Amino acid sequence: MRPALAHDVRITDTTLRDGSHAMSHRFTEAQVRDTVRALDRAGVEVIEVSHGDGLGGSSFNYGFSGTDELTLIAAAADEARRATVAVLLVPGIGTVDDLKKAHDAGARMVRVATHCTEADVSPQHFAAARELGMETVGFLMMAHRTSPEVLAKQARIMVDAGCQVPYVTDSAGALLMHEATQRFEAVVAEVGDEAWVGYHGHQNLSLGVANSVLAHEAGVRYIDGSLCALGAGAGNSPTEVLVAVFDRLGVDTGIDVAGALAAAEDVVRPYLHRWPKLDRNAIVQGWAGVYSSFLLHAERAAERYDVPTHEILRRCGAEGLVGGQEDMIIDIALQIAAEEAK
Amino acid sequence: MSPPKVPAAIVGPGNIGTDLLAKLLRSAEAGGAIDVRYVVGVVESDGLARARELGIDASAGGVDWLLRQSPLPQIVFEATSAAAHLANAPRYAEAGIQAVDLTPAHLGPMVCPPVNLRDHIAAPNVSMITCGGQATIPMVHAVSRVTPVPYAEIVASVASRSAGPGTRANIDEFTHTTSRAVAEIGGAARGKAIIVLNPVEPPLIMRDTVFCMVGADADRPAIARSVHGMVATVQEYVPGYTLRAEPQFDDPRPDWGGNGRVAIFLEVKGNGDHLPPYAGNLDIMTAAATRVGELMARAKQAVAA
Repeated sequence: MRPALAHDVRITDTTLRDGSHAMSHRFTEAQVRDTVRALDRAGVEVIEVSHGDGLGGSSFNYGFSGTDELTLIAAAADEARRATVAVLLVPGIGTVDDLKKAHDAGARMVRVATHCTEADVSPQHFAAARELGMETVGFLMMAHRTSPEVLAKQARIMVDAGCQVPYVTDSAGALLMHEATQRFEAVVAEVGDEAWVGYHGHQNLSLGVANSVLAHEAGVRYIDGSLCALGAGAGNSPTEVLVAVFDRLGVDTGIDVAGALAAAEDVVRPYLHRWPKLDRNAIVQGWAGVYSSFLLHAERAAERYDVPTHEILRRCGAEGLVGGQEDMIIDIALQIAAEEAK
Repeated sequence: MSPPKVPAAIVGPGNIGTDLLAKLLRSAEAGGAIDVRYVVGVVESDGLARARELGIDASAGGVDWLLRQSPLPQIVFEATSAAAHLANAPRYAEAGIQAVDLTPAHLGPMVCPPVNLRDHIAAPNVSMITCGGQATIPMVHAVSRVTPVPYAEIVASVASRSAGPGTRANIDEFTHTTSRAVAEIGGAARGKAIIVLNPVEPPLIMRDTVFCMVGADADRPAIARSVHGMVATVQEYVPGYTLRAEPQFDDPRPDWGGNGRVAIFLEVKGNGDHLPPYAGNLDIMTAAATRVGELMARAKQAVAA
């Protein structure tokens, strides 16, 4: 049931999906084509393209897409010679209808994402994906918010529903190294040889690459990165750094180091208007366990209501908000403003 | 002398049916028009036992049993599943019983009490849409009755504990139905609905955010007045329906097609009848169904008189 691997580790590049947050969901078709061409040439096997919040994410709540994601997916599929084009689908936001359209546009892998304790909203979408003949990944988001044991049981729900690769998804970039390892080991032990296990890291505490190395040691075989770390919060584990580190470790990714570096330096860097960085706000996200995509929304609400961004983010963590609740950021900013007015 | 009360039945004695029973009984005590005579399931259950303790005729004999009773109910509240309602609905229709459908079957017109119930008060079957729909459509309507709404979007956040296996197995149904109803019933040209389940402890009280796109020169004070008026109307049947803040107006932006936006932040706290107060999403369904049933029953009384 799990696909055969061509290399020691299968890298998925999510510049064109998680990076969409940092680009305020305004990727152009030309940027997508150039990025896919460079990644494909370097040997990256999976390239994720969609709105940052997944299919159907274009909205007031998450930001409207500058270019329709189906246009971008079709452009990516057109450019990719070897790579598989993947899309993200968050049940509750995107639907099976959206998935079918993405498949028609050329997507051949879906990554179905739920909060780490809510995997039982995903079987509907895994079933549809299998029927379409797509490869299936399951994202257990905000993996720091539950124990390794519960995370493993949730991975089991996804695998039983047709997921080939459940992921430990550190959406908040909050997992310390031992916490990450415990989760990798628990999920790998649960799924055995029925599925591969993946890891998606963020740099909010600067641990994305280190945790990726631990992931490989624990038997994780799918690892995510983004060129120039382009992604939510302080960004993702940089693909070009992952490729360089695994190369030094003698772990085969099938990706050419020089090609990955060129893709980052020559293709992505020129179009960055915001290079994800480890500033106070992003570090607070990792420290307080806040969904990385909240960053830009919190910055906007802070400016609109004249309250500190890091205070909004800290409260998002304290209130236990999960991915998708971007609307609550405005609510929290209003609360802080009302308290300050008193 | 007041007209005789209208006999009614609840089919599906689970958590929703039991909470609905509590609300209908309270409404009857307050002089309402409905007399809940029967509670029906297909297996013996705690729900049937609770109904019997309250003096209601309760049976595990299903709709077969119900249709043998005399008098027959004139209104049935269906709190089973979409599949069960699809099977039961033709039998209610044949017996001349009006059905208030709380399942996702959506056979009849979708109704939201303060918005469009009067158009469907005599319909043989009405659909209660979804929890998110009942919470947000009154707000979309409150805006669209003042100014054109080219696009409305709602985000419903509910406690994980309040989302049952049926909702989870078909979460797309929520998204599709609510999107459609936000447009068709709420009065927006296009609608979009998002649902988020949050497992935080203690459980989060249902939250809903309503975003409406409005023209650059929309009358903001009139919109705010309309929203406050509609909140008061919904509070008549859902006392825990409140605004978290004043409606928030955003100036027009190029990426919104030169339109502006109003954002409305709601909290829906349940009455704590049978369901816990955080489960405002379930409470607003049973409260709205009670309201629909009462108004249907009063219409029947008026016809009889």
